[in-house]
Parts: sequence; structure tokens; C-alpha cells
Amino acid sequence: MGQQHGEHHTIPLSLYYKILGLLLFLTVITVAVAQVDFGALNTVIAMAIASIKAGFVLAYFMHLKYDDKLYWVLFGTAVFFLIVLFFFSWLDIVTRINPPSIL
Amino acid sequence: MSTVKTSEHRHHAHHFDSAEHEYQSSKFGTWLFLVTEIIMFGGLFVGYILFHELFKETFKVGATFLDWKLGALNTVVLLFSSLTMALSIYYAQQNNKKLVLTNLYITLACGFVFLIVKYFEYTHKIHEGLLPGRYFAYDGPEVAALKELGFSNLGLYFSFYFTMTGLHGSHVIAGMALIAWLIVRAHKGEFNSSYYTPLECVGLFWHLVDLIWIYLFPLLYLVG
Repeated sequence: MGQQHGEHHTIPLSLYYKILGLLLFLTVITVAVAQVDFGALNTVIAMAIASIKAGFVLAYFMHLKYDDKLYWVLFGTAVFFLIVLFFFSWLDIVTRINPPSIL
Repeated sequence: MSTVKTSEHRHHAHHFDSAEHEYQSSKFGTWLFLVTEIIMFGGLFVGYILFHELFKETFKVGATFLDWKLGALNTVVLLFSSLTMALSIYYAQQNNKKLVLTNLYITLACGFVFLIVKYFEYTHKIHEGLLPGRYFAYDGPEVAALKELGFSNLGLYFSFYFTMTGLHGSHVIAGMALIAWLIVRAHKGEFNSSYYTPLECVGLFWHLVDLIWIYLFPLLYLVG
């Protein structure tokens, strides 16, 4: 399991700072975009930007980019089953014939 | 990219072949734990999105009660703490004990700032009666306007708000306890380029806490 030669990557400091800068920039974008009303698209856009941010955190801060592929697969499995859970539950909600009960 | 050679001489537990084997096994175990965390939080996220689909107006009004500036502040604090956590590992690889400690202390301080902001948010909401489910006691014009549209379940939004941020907050507290433990060990000089497994594993946990907040912030504070 893992890297064979006992060598661990160190990411240069400048790259860490750049990633933080990028994450802060994307946070500003998230807030800015949310001020505009795109209707239902707002949630989609917000989740898309959040996923880009999550990707950077995973790849660089959590070193996934430099690690054994095994960790990607492990993490991807969790995300995949989460999507399965979401997708079928969502299908149920949006295809119901009866209108949702009003509380 | 430079690499650090792990020492062959570090003493490892007898059930591992080598220090490297021990390191990789610990990391793999941590990732498995993170997977269970994703599934736990994931259930709440799926629930949130589905109820949001059913009661769009309720969630829209609910989100207006949150101050996005405080949420954004906490986002910046957590992102920054993620950097310092990663830097503590970087400096362990460089055998720089002083900067390992400095970065761990900054990370811990960020955790405190996050919780203080959260404390002010929570007390404000509790004071206003913006509480989960049937404990919801707020009676402002927003509630009446929502009732006109046929919805009187604003408490649902706060059920999600308190459950999700509460579970996340408890993870911040757990992470801070772990970082405090790392600080104690770092003071004893236990971490260096050939051994920093606890830094790596707690680091992964801390980044996951940051990762979850990256999704929570826009979902709860901005989109609603």
C-alpha cells in the first residue's frame, strides 16, 4: 500500500499560499454571485463553486494529488454513493403526483 | 516538487513491517473514517436539498435570518486555519519544531475564533426564538408573510440550521482537542521529517471539517 520508496511529497510554500488565495477569491465569487437572482440556478451555481473549492482543498491541502490513487478511489466511492442517495431521493420528491402537504 | 526521505531508523510498532508501512496504514484508516464522516454529513445535506425542493419559500425566508457576513468571516477563518494546518506538516518535514508549533497554535486560535462567532450567532437566534421545529417561537412579519403563501413551517429551516451547524461545530471542538494534543506532543519534540503521522491524520480531519463548511456556508447563508 502507498508510495513504495518511503518518499513523501512536500508541496512548496508558494503553492500553499496560492491555493489559499484562490480559495478566498472563490469565496468572494460565491458571495457576489448569490446577490444576483438566477432562480433555481443559484443553488446549482453555489454548489458548483463549492465543489471547485473542495477540489482544491482535497488536491493540495489533503495531498490527494500527490498520494496513491487508492485514496482518490476511497473518497470517490463515498461521493458516488452520496450521489446515488441524493439522485433517487430527489427523483421521488420531484415526480410525486400529489402536491406536497402544506404545513 | 521536492521529496523527503523517511528514515529507516524510526521505531515502529511491531505489527508493521516498517515506519512507512505504519504511516500508510494510519493514513488509510483516517481516510476510511473520513468516508464515514462524509456519509453522515451527506445524509443531512441530501435531507436539506430535498426539503428545500418541497418548501422553497420557507428556506428562502429562513436564510434571511442568517448574517452572511458572519458566515463569510467563519469561512475565511477556516480556510486560513486549513493552510496553517498544512504548513505545520510542511515544517515537520523540514524539522522546524518552532514553526510546527507556531502553525498549530494559529490553527487552534482559528478554531476559537470560529466558535466565538458561532456563539454570537446561536445566542442571537435563541434570544429571538428562532428555534428548531416546534420550539420555534419567533413572531415577526416574515412569519405572517410566509403564512399568506401557505407555509407555517419556518421552524423546519432552523431544525436543519442547528443540526448541521451543531454537528459541524462539534467537529470543530473535536478537531481543536486533537490539535491541542498535537501541540503537547510537538512541545516534546516528537515530530520530525521521519515521523509526523499524527499531524497528517489530524490534518486530514481538520481539512474535512473545512470542506464541510465550504458547502454549509453557501447552502445555509446565501442560497437558502
